[in-house]
Amino acid sequence: MSDNSRRGFLGTAAAALAGIAIAPGIRLIEIAAARAPEEAASGKVRWGMLIDTAKCATGCTDCVTACNKENGLHDTGRPRTDAQWIRKIELKDLRSGRQHSAPVMCQHCAEPPCVDVCPTGASFKRADGIVLVDKHTCIGCRYCVMACPYKARSFVHENLADQRPAVPRGKGTVEGCTLCVHKIDRGDGTTACAEACKAAGHEAILFGDLNNPQSAISQRLREIPSVQLRSDLRLNTGVRYSGV
Amino acid sequence: MASIVHRELQANGLRFWGPLLAIGAVIAAGFAAFVHMETNGHFVTGMDNQTVWGLPHVFAVFLIVAASGALNVASVASVFGRAAYKPLAPLSALVALALLAGGLAILAADLGRPDRLVVAMTHFNFKSIFALNMFLYSGFFAIVGVYLWFMMERRMNAFSGAAGLAAFVWRIVLTTGTGSIFGFLVAREAYDSALLGPSFVVYSLAYGTAAFLVVLDLAWRWEGRAAEMETLARLGRLLATLVAASLYMTAAFHLTKLYMTRYHGVEAFLLAQGGVYTAFFWLGQIAIGGVAPLVLIYSPKTGGTRAGVIGAAVLVVLGGIAQMYVTIVGAQAWPQPIFPGWQETSTFFDGQIHPYAPSAAETALALGGVALAVALIAVGIKVLRFLPDPCTDSSSQPPTSLPVRPR
Repeated sequence: MSDNSRRGFLGTAAAALAGIAIAPGIRLIEIAAARAPEEAASGKVRWGMLIDTAKCATGCTDCVTACNKENGLHDTGRPRTDAQWIRKIELKDLRSGRQHSAPVMCQHCAEPPCVDVCPTGASFKRADGIVLVDKHTCIGCRYCVMACPYKARSFVHENLADQRPAVPRGKGTVEGCTLCVHKIDRGDGTTACAEACKAAGHEAILFGDLNNPQSAISQRLREIPSVQLRSDLRLNTGVRYSGV
Repeated sequence: MASIVHRELQANGLRFWGPLLAIGAVIAAGFAAFVHMETNGHFVTGMDNQTVWGLPHVFAVFLIVAASGALNVASVASVFGRAAYKPLAPLSALVALALLAGGLAILAADLGRPDRLVVAMTHFNFKSIFALNMFLYSGFFAIVGVYLWFMMERRMNAFSGAAGLAAFVWRIVLTTGTGSIFGFLVAREAYDSALLGPSFVVYSLAYGTAAFLVVLDLAWRWEGRAAEMETLARLGRLLATLVAASLYMTAAFHLTKLYMTRYHGVEAFLLAQGGVYTAFFWLGQIAIGGVAPLVLIYSPKTGGTRAGVIGAAVLVVLGGIAQMYVTIVGAQAWPQPIFPGWQETSTFFDGQIHPYAPSAAETALALGGVALAVALIAVGIKVLRFLPDPCTDSSSQPPTSLPVRPR
């Protein structure tokens, strides 16, 4: 074997070995639809949720409990100032008496009013549709709380303890549902509330990519009628509801 | 007007320092409240996640809006060429700057992260009315500052008209911007109206003129100087016109809201069933801040008297604060309809009227901002020549060529 061919062989072998070593990782990333840490969020996906109120059980608050645990929200005994990223709204039609229950959180609008009004740009929308607050540039003016049609934002009214490392919070800043962005970025492919709802056997919360026609959420949205909350405002929400 | 001589406040010793110390104590209380709120967090206030803007914002927005209107006297003198107002024009500019500073101080002190004020000045989202207002406020300081300099520096007097015009245009835009902070909040049923911008402009003219009258009267009293009745009567009539215009804007705002069925609920709440908000609207904004001042100024018995005009001005200020309370707090008390047509209940108080009671801390913060504005005016008139000398003040002379009726 000449030097050249030996070098060629070694090169090909090294490349093949490297390929074998890296491929499972790449495959894993593909499977979990996760991004590499250095890769920016992509506009090709739009994360969203479909909430089927027919499946949502009145009195069940597993989604709320799971959200609080996942994001390190604690009960301070002061409900009026405590942050609530997700809450269950009990609904009643006064004419027919029909009752419903629905979890409500940040609707991750495509045209978010909170982002429009934020003076510093701390409220922002990621390329994949997730609406977040940059805790380093939020000055705590609460204009976004005034502007949100869904009452989805909370202001942190007190000093914080026992924070979750993946979910930084800050006294004097505004926060809200992050769509469990830390779970999405590490490839969990779901949110704490959706997981809890599934574990409770309701499966009222379906998480997925609204841009992927093959995703379960897109297929479901094609099958059943759904609405956007306050659709009159034309905010193009990432969270949709069926049954109301 | 070259004959007009301005001089410093003629009050010395305890007569000057006594009131200033009292004002200083209120500022200190406001600062202590600020430290208390920022150390513990906003749970020590009456504000919560339902009512996120409270009494500090009521006073801050009132002061900011009044600041713009306080420049009326200067604008009437330089833009509309009314010579009789000219002697008081520099004081009117000082009051405008001080009120704006007081209002902004409250807003900054109420921020969740006041330490990040520099972030607010270096990161801008130009779609935000708030961000635009930051330019409008700092621009107001700059333009009115230059205007003041041109008025007070004899060599620059020739340019004061142009600066006055710039300040006039700027303040109209500024107040439109302040009103639009609320008007563009489509998510809240009490707002969502393009009329709020222009309404705030008209309100500002009345509140600012009233605040200026109160300051002028206090300055005279501080010196122990007799009131110049012609000046008071003239400003009183101007105030009456602006109060009447404010009442018209209020009527137009609510009538247009009432035309739309979807707003009947919130309008019924604010105008009829809202308890303290309904009382603040009818008793505060309309009766005390609107009708009573008109009666005081147009009544033959009180119209030409110091008590009548200054009383009217004080009532307009009180009515203005009531208006801000209804506009800012009342609007948040009304629940947001997330599922229109459904009755909503939740642990986050959906579907409920939100109660609000200001704590001592936020009350002290709000009053501290007012005191800061008063202190700035007091120090300003003490160290610089803002007050027209009565011996040379043409506004105290018989109104031979003076306009009797405001435009």
